[in-house]
Amino acid sequence: MSATPNEATAYLVKGAAIGSGAAADLLIRNGVITETGTGLSVAGATVIDAEGLVAVPGMVDLHTHLREPGREDAETVETGSRAAALGGFTAVHAMANSSPVADTAGVVEQVYTLGRKAGWTDVRPVGAVTIGLAGERLAELGAMADSRARVRVFSDDGICVHDPVLMRRALEYVKAFDGVIAQHAQEPRLTDGAQMNEGDVSAVLGMTGWPAVAEESIIARDVLLAQHVDSRLHVCHVSTAGSVEIIRWAKQRGIKVTAEVTPHHLWLTDELVRSYDPVYKVNPPLRTDEDVQALRAGLADGTIDIIGTDHAPHPSEAKECEWAQAAMGMTGLETALSVVQHTMIESGLIGWDDFARITSRMPAQIGRLQDQGQPLEAGSAANITLIDPAARWTVEPNKMATMGRNSPFAGRELPGRVVATFYQGHPTVLDGSLNTPRTAEGE
Amino acid sequence: MRHLLSTEDLGKDDAVRILDTAEEMAAVSDREVKKLPVLRGRTVVNLFFEDSTRTRISFEAAAKRLSADVINFAAKGSSVSKGESLKDTAQTLEAMGADAVVIRHWASGAPARLAASGWIDAAVVNAGDGTHEHPTQALLDAFTMRRNWARINGTASPGTDLSGMKVAIVGDVLHSRVARSNLWLLRTLGADVTMVAPPTLLPVGVAKWPCTVSYDLDETLAAGPDAVMMLRLQGERMNAAFFPSTREYSRRWGFDDRRLQALDSHGLKETIIMHPGPMNRGLEISAAAADSPRSTVLQQVRNGVSVRMAALYLLLSGETHAAPATIQEAQR
Repeated sequence: MSATPNEATAYLVKGAAIGSGAAADLLIRNGVITETGTGLSVAGATVIDAEGLVAVPGMVDLHTHLREPGREDAETVETGSRAAALGGFTAVHAMANSSPVADTAGVVEQVYTLGRKAGWTDVRPVGAVTIGLAGERLAELGAMADSRARVRVFSDDGICVHDPVLMRRALEYVKAFDGVIAQHAQEPRLTDGAQMNEGDVSAVLGMTGWPAVAEESIIARDVLLAQHVDSRLHVCHVSTAGSVEIIRWAKQRGIKVTAEVTPHHLWLTDELVRSYDPVYKVNPPLRTDEDVQALRAGLADGTIDIIGTDHAPHPSEAKECEWAQAAMGMTGLETALSVVQHTMIESGLIGWDDFARITSRMPAQIGRLQDQGQPLEAGSAANITLIDPAARWTVEPNKMATMGRNSPFAGRELPGRVVATFYQGHPTVLDGSLNTPRTAEGE
Repeated sequence: MRHLLSTEDLGKDDAVRILDTAEEMAAVSDREVKKLPVLRGRTVVNLFFEDSTRTRISFEAAAKRLSADVINFAAKGSSVSKGESLKDTAQTLEAMGADAVVIRHWASGAPARLAASGWIDAAVVNAGDGTHEHPTQALLDAFTMRRNWARINGTASPGTDLSGMKVAIVGDVLHSRVARSNLWLLRTLGADVTMVAPPTLLPVGVAKWPCTVSYDLDETLAAGPDAVMMLRLQGERMNAAFFPSTREYSRRWGFDDRRLQALDSHGLKETIIMHPGPMNRGLEISAAAADSPRSTVLQQVRNGVSVRMAALYLLLSGETHAAPATIQEAQR
């Protein structure tokens, strides 16, 4: 026996429903699904009884804030990775708005290395589009693409690349290495000082509004730019009914645009802001129920391609204050599965195969992750999430792995629970609890 | 009533009770000795995150006439501006034994946050928060209108509401906490409200408000309002392209001498002109209008003390606090 501990163990997952399909067994060995079928029996394999559970390809988040380097008081790669594993994610894309900003090969390699060392999930750094997120000059996108981190997703997330010429150049430039620009669509002048969705509730609360048109006008411009230069555009956290319409129109014209929606925008509305509790402060803001319904419909019909959590942990003092002073953002890694199950599956809009498409296959494809998002069949990398869809649990932020306590779902009872997460064949989560990290070979 | 945070969630019974109590307080203010011992030993903190000398001294006078101890905490230029959080400030006041915190804040919702946070046990009175609400201003405005309305109808003020009254609120509605608080309270008391403003100074969503919206002040005056409330125009609004110039604003939406005469020619003898102060004379209101017999500006200031006395008295005599002596007992 010369194999490392990780490789020594074979796992036999017995009787899980494969997505929306029939129950089957999965044999996992050396990081790969080596066999599927029924009634498999393998000497020496650790058997995991998965009857009643659903197996889906490991979830992939295209939009995570891990805060390291710079804001280790809010989250670290280690804590964020643990939260990801517990949430069923086998890969997360770490957004570039760290300090220093991930705008050089050095910083993205640092984040990548921290992720490998943590070993809970595949941490894929997102590179900044512009130096320091300042929106003035392109960062060295090619250097980040060529680095060990092999960056393919570039974003100034948190800040919109609002200069149309810069956006055009970025879209053109990343074609050289099959990259994609993930745009935070927010017209800055229309959202100066904005605190919440502009509408009936902001009128009563007396808060500066963040109008839907500020998102929609940028998306409209960007899809036309993407068409003009024939490049890939990804729209982050779509939040309005009008945005869904524009993206649907663009896809009908064959424009290479993909879009994401957060779990919270699939459920919560600006009515919650009446409490003035900053846990509901987020960017883009919570919208109206009409928007929520349009986002769900768009996700179900494929107009919106993926779920992106926009997991944004903050230290408590950033939320224990006046609304206007509070930081924007919500945690999301450990509630994403349950919120999507509640809003999309239990509402009858999609099934578990669609769940696999929007949480794994499509985000892996957009991020160009070769060994993620593969179907659960022999020969695929063993990135697997086992879900108990019948489970019910109450959200308690204090018990989460993320350092952020800012979950807008605190106190709510949610359906569905991650029972196990296999990351490259290694169980990072077993029986709903953290197991051990995967040790990286050769590093 | 545990706190006074907004008029939107103030029921009619509570509103009328505050106004009726304010009538009793006004009687005290007319006496030679303008002081009641009902809040002796109680501490009222004026916590002001935004300058407002008028509102602060009005609350201070109200608390002192009820014999409360008053602490003025101007959070601007104090430890707060050096990074101390609202939470720490609140807990500090709590530790000092504040029974009521009167808070003025530039951020909408700060008083509601303070009341709901669990950081503090004291009664919270919203003395104006951002562009959200200013409930005691609306209450003193309603008190002023009610006295006038009762006089016209030949009844005594206590116990009555504003049913049948027509009120026009004119100016920068978008940024006005006074307009919002007045709208909800006036509706609760049965008045009809018309908001008059340039379209740029009305919030998106105003269509859902229980009021009529007009862009035309002359048309609104011709319809015969019983009260016209002029809102203060902040000079800095001009820089954000809400309107082309102050002169154009004044011509279209200011209460000028021509409109003062129009009230007479429309035969509106009893129509009053209100302003929450401080006034920009010559901008939203002409000097002649401000000084005319129709103007209730000084009555509003006087009534402000009575209404704030009533609010503090009712809040601090609530069940969560030991009941002070009744006003009648105190007057004996």
